[in-house]
Amino acid sequence: MSVTVRIPTQLRELTSGQGEITVEADTVREAIDQLNSAHPGIGERLLDDSGNLRRFVNLFLAEEDVRFLEGLDTPITAGQTLSVVPAVAGG
Amino acid sequence: MTAVESLRCRECGRTYPVEARHVCDFCFGPLEVAYDYDKMRALVSKESIAAGPPNMWRYAEMLPIHLPSVIDLSPGFTPLVRATRLGQHLGLDNLYLKDDTRNPTGSFKDRVVAVALSKALELGFKVAACASTGNLANSVAAHAARAGMASVVFIPRDLEATKIAMTAVFDGNLIAVDGSYDDVNRLCAELASERPDWAFVNVNVRPYYSEGSRTLAFEVAEQLGWRAPDHVVVPIASGSQLTKIHKGFHELGLLGLIEDGDSVRVSGAQAAGCGPVATAFETGADSIRPVRANTIAKSLAIGNPADGWYALEIVRTSGGAIEGVSDPEVIDGIRLLARTEGIFAETAGGVTIATLCRLAAKGIVRRDEVVVAYITGSGLKTVEALGDTVGPSATIKPTLEAFNALTSEEINI
Repeated sequence: MSVTVRIPTQLRELTSGQGEITVEADTVREAIDQLNSAHPGIGERLLDDSGNLRRFVNLFLAEEDVRFLEGLDTPITAGQTLSVVPAVAGG
Repeated sequence: MTAVESLRCRECGRTYPVEARHVCDFCFGPLEVAYDYDKMRALVSKESIAAGPPNMWRYAEMLPIHLPSVIDLSPGFTPLVRATRLGQHLGLDNLYLKDDTRNPTGSFKDRVVAVALSKALELGFKVAACASTGNLANSVAAHAARAGMASVVFIPRDLEATKIAMTAVFDGNLIAVDGSYDDVNRLCAELASERPDWAFVNVNVRPYYSEGSRTLAFEVAEQLGWRAPDHVVVPIASGSQLTKIHKGFHELGLLGLIEDGDSVRVSGAQAAGCGPVATAFETGADSIRPVRANTIAKSLAIGNPADGWYALEIVRTSGGAIEGVSDPEVIDGIRLLARTEGIFAETAGGVTIATLCRLAAKGIVRRDEVVVAYITGSGLKTVEALGDTVGPSATIKPTLEAFNALTSEEINI
């Protein structure tokens, strides 16, 4: 599946300034893996050593927090957008 | 003069220049304003503060702003009220209420917005923006109007009518979003990357914004005669206010203005319909699981609280507790506060009073402690939450006969 990943300012140094990257993936975890292959270093910024989503990172698939879905195993359908958003905001 | 050194990541300690950025580029941890406390100590004294204005700018040297350039609606230095009658009801001998309903736009948000937008102006921003559950929207729109800044305020569409009107009247841009506060917040967090020339008060200038809440500790200590209370009860939405009140007392200790800055017990108040931090406290969890908010306490309806973890840690280590109270308890809390002390609080205040009731009943808040409950917003903003629980006790014709015919239920003196 083709998925558009939205990249926040904080990670754009790793994507040559691009705010959107398209990757092929069937799950959220695969999307991160693909992203990391294309732009090495992004993976460790999003996932900890055990491969879990870091505390201060939120991922939204089609505007829904993946923690409310199946986490990193959430399946992706074609044309969806995956947003990477720093968790510290609001209030 | 300010004592600001830099922005520093609360997680990994990396430092950044004093500019509009809120998370660490490396670990995404929250950035906080770091001060040189030796310098700050030289800038302030009890006397210099007492000689300052009767608003939060009396602590200007302890804030990350330059006083001459602030946007001033005269926020803060709200009354600290001795609550004898409520205290009697709860079995507490030394209960005080910090009445932050008495701010320019009716909530504590004027403290944080005053700092955030003053800093934004200083940094050259011309547009103020925010994601809000309502109180912040009111304050951002008002401060932007005062400063002649453009504003773009994002709210969930189902907010209380007064909070919508109290924002719209200032004539900035008000965008109602078809979603929850957490949806609005996510949208703004994404927009902040696309509109770096806008100051989102609770996103890219959040480190300055949140510092404003420290004045809630500074004022209470000064109003108690330069001492810390034994126990504070604070509502939790994002958790920022609770963590900054704790930080404020700690700093007063560092500065030598009080002796007992680190001994304050901090308890938190949440609504059960949106109580991710209360749940984590109750279950002993080491992370906050986000929830979908469903409560009348809309100003606390943040299902994914940015500072929830830090608030939880402070409550645990300070010997406090967190309760998640039901919506009927919230209404009872609003009415109890009104009936005993003559203060009309919004739903968040009802959550705080309901939590205080529970903590007093359990003996967690003790009779002999000097207790301060923070009442953070005015009841005029959430009148509809009361529904038909209040109203006239009788409706009569304008005649003596009709009055004399009232039953003891209809008129109770």
